[in-house]
Amino acid sequence: MRGVVGWGVHLPHRRLDRTQIASVAGGGGGKGTRTVASYDEDSTTMAVAAARAAVRGVDEPVRGLWLATTSPTYVDKSNATAVHAALRLDRSTPAFDAVGSVRSTVGALFAAIAGRCGVLVTASDVRVGRPGGPDEAAGGDAAAAVFLGDGDGAPVLAEVVGVASATEEFLDRWRVPGALGQAGIEADTVDALVVAGLHERACASVAKKSGVAPDRILDRMAGSVGNPGAAQPLLLLAAALEKAQPGQTIVLLVLADGADAVVLRTTEALATYRPQRTVEAQVASGAPVAYGRYLAWRGLLPVEPPRRPEPARPSASAAGRTADWKFGLTTAEGVLADQRGTVTTFTIDKLAYSPSPPVVFAVVDFDDGERLPVELTDVDADEVQIGMRVEMTFRRLFTADGIANYFWKARPLRDNGASGAGGEV
Amino acid sequence: MASHGIRDRVAIVGMGCTRFAEHFDKSADDLMREATAEAFTGAGVTKDDVDAYWLGTAQSGMSGITLARPLQLEGKPVTRVENYCATGSEALRQAAYAVASGAYDVAMAVGVEKVKDSGYQGLNAFPIPNDGTQRSLTAAAMFSMVAPAYAKRYGVGEDEMRTVLARIASKNHANGARNPKAQFRREMSVEQICGMPAVAGGLSVFDCAGVADGSAAAVVVRAEDAHRYTDKPLLIKALSFVAGNGSGLEDPGYDYTHFPEVATSAADAYAQAGVTDPRAELAMAEVHDCFTPTELVLMEDLGFSARGTAWKEILAGIFDRDGELPVNPDGGLKSFGHPVGASGLRMLYEAWLQLRGEAPEDRRISTFGQRSLALTHNLGGYPGEMVSFVGIVGTP
Repeated sequence: MRGVVGWGVHLPHRRLDRTQIASVAGGGGGKGTRTVASYDEDSTTMAVAAARAAVRGVDEPVRGLWLATTSPTYVDKSNATAVHAALRLDRSTPAFDAVGSVRSTVGALFAAIAGRCGVLVTASDVRVGRPGGPDEAAGGDAAAAVFLGDGDGAPVLAEVVGVASATEEFLDRWRVPGALGQAGIEADTVDALVVAGLHERACASVAKKSGVAPDRILDRMAGSVGNPGAAQPLLLLAAALEKAQPGQTIVLLVLADGADAVVLRTTEALATYRPQRTVEAQVASGAPVAYGRYLAWRGLLPVEPPRRPEPARPSASAAGRTADWKFGLTTAEGVLADQRGTVTTFTIDKLAYSPSPPVVFAVVDFDDGERLPVELTDVDADEVQIGMRVEMTFRRLFTADGIANYFWKARPLRDNGASGAGGEV
Repeated sequence: MASHGIRDRVAIVGMGCTRFAEHFDKSADDLMREATAEAFTGAGVTKDDVDAYWLGTAQSGMSGITLARPLQLEGKPVTRVENYCATGSEALRQAAYAVASGAYDVAMAVGVEKVKDSGYQGLNAFPIPNDGTQRSLTAAAMFSMVAPAYAKRYGVGEDEMRTVLARIASKNHANGARNPKAQFRREMSVEQICGMPAVAGGLSVFDCAGVADGSAAAVVVRAEDAHRYTDKPLLIKALSFVAGNGSGLEDPGYDYTHFPEVATSAADAYAQAGVTDPRAELAMAEVHDCFTPTELVLMEDLGFSARGTAWKEILAGIFDRDGELPVNPDGGLKSFGHPVGASGLRMLYEAWLQLRGEAPEDRRISTFGQRSLALTHNLGGYPGEMVSFVGIVGTP
């Protein structure tokens, strides 16, 4: 039996209120919010966050890793290798990019389904559109990961019953294909239908014509998250799995350059699985970001930087020698990346260089007794307090000479106790 | 193994110091020529009479040629040294040891920094290739963490702490205002300083050292030769230095209310000089007030105040120019300015003027004529990861 043995989702902390857009851009925007990747997040760092949630507590070694994205940091060098390093995976585990189109996610998922042992599929996108345009308003930033296995280690939570595909060349995003029938499944046996795709009207149309009852069609979270492109299929699948009961049928249908379908059947093991941090809890948390700051973060509004030298790019050989530290946040005493800590003291630096000043910096004492002076993120300067509980998150500190400098930061533990295994006990 | 020191074996016989300022019209070469000329004249020597030179500069030049070229030295050994913000003191240490060893009769220590040519605010370190995981905070932010930690440990209220720090800056401004060589020559009231906007933690720019260009220099000879050069030499009583190993940054026991490197170097210096009660024996101290919380903690690390009491003694005026133990009578880094490589020698320059009675009447220390020792303290780095120098000089 091959199927899903774990999943994880990362929604960025910040939310853009779409009603803010028109007054600045002269038009566009709309209702509700979209998720916004922080200035120190990219498709790679968000994939790390989702992947860590997917594998934590799952007793299954990762034997293969995929990273699907339309917004890669690098186009020649692999991005999945940074995810591999941050997850501290074994050197013999291959890591591949599936880059360039929304459909890449399905390609990676199909490869994992056809594979053996534990294969982790991550999908991550930072969706950017021109100010005032529909892509900006409708898009969202997110990452999701699905961990597939054979049930030899961790139990299968949702078995893959079948897959189907139709490929069609069409020079736009929204041609409605007629491919659901290929999956060989009757509409009235579907407990949850997930329709993902960049064109909302096409998705709605396909869902309506599917024959599946409207209350069994999964909400695409357009009003709260937006459409996170390559991450959307796995994000919605994760949301469906979180709502599902054992013994149900879930259909994932992805509309992109044709159509692809995956049919899953949940197992009894699903009843005892607790996701690290549920989609619902992450949608409910978060904090606003002003439209001007959002534009600055995406490089669409160049703002005056602090009058300090910009940082130099990291040395490749130095970073290579300290990869366990830089990517894995591991010391001689242990792995700090997976620990929580407490802010012992902190400061707000309005003078230091940062892609988004001010720098919020804290001395963090970890629960195992180690200490790390480290930058905080996903936090407003006025909400930091001594005694605040924090967790570690993999981030892009800055970019210099086209080189992304990845390292770890601490961020406040937010939804305490609200999301199963992710909360504090 | 022991730290023996070179008490009373080496004398300072001439010093020079430029004004510390934004010298946009002067190069590092100009500043070094000016400071060394004053020192040569004071000691009654020429550049050829000096057998060896030590140049301290953090990032205004590399190698001894940085000094040999502007002075047009002929066949002289010149060593460039760097030890963070304690660079100037390091140059003095090496020159003094060279003379004490008998290797040279006359040596000169020169410190210089041309900070303002960078076009950036504050001080900036050279980017040494690294793995990209280093902290990128400013020094102001690193030292700003001392204030709340100290306040919490000793029960000082937030407003009270703000007043204590402002009192330190106000005292140093008052001293600098009377010093024609200081960068900032305006008195600042405690109320004015308390009203400034914070830029790093609770610190405003008025809690930070002045960023200035400048140079200072000292001529050293064997003590027994001192009277060939001057009637009023200063004798070196102690030179102590500690380079921390950075463990404070990762030590959960470190609480940001003290600097162990400073306490260790102070204890060594007092032992070398035979000082047992610094507060009663020292005529004055020049300390590294890079930020106001630094001076607060230094009063305790240097043994001037018992732990947890310096804040009260600062408010009581103990360290004012007319107080029991004047600290930073020249204005300190705060008001005199901080050209990195020159600052350690600038501190010594004030001891040179005050102990020898050459400081003008309006800024003479209260202890003049009663005590004969001066301490200079110079640090570099950050809480948890610093280098510290403590020197003591005295009249014969």
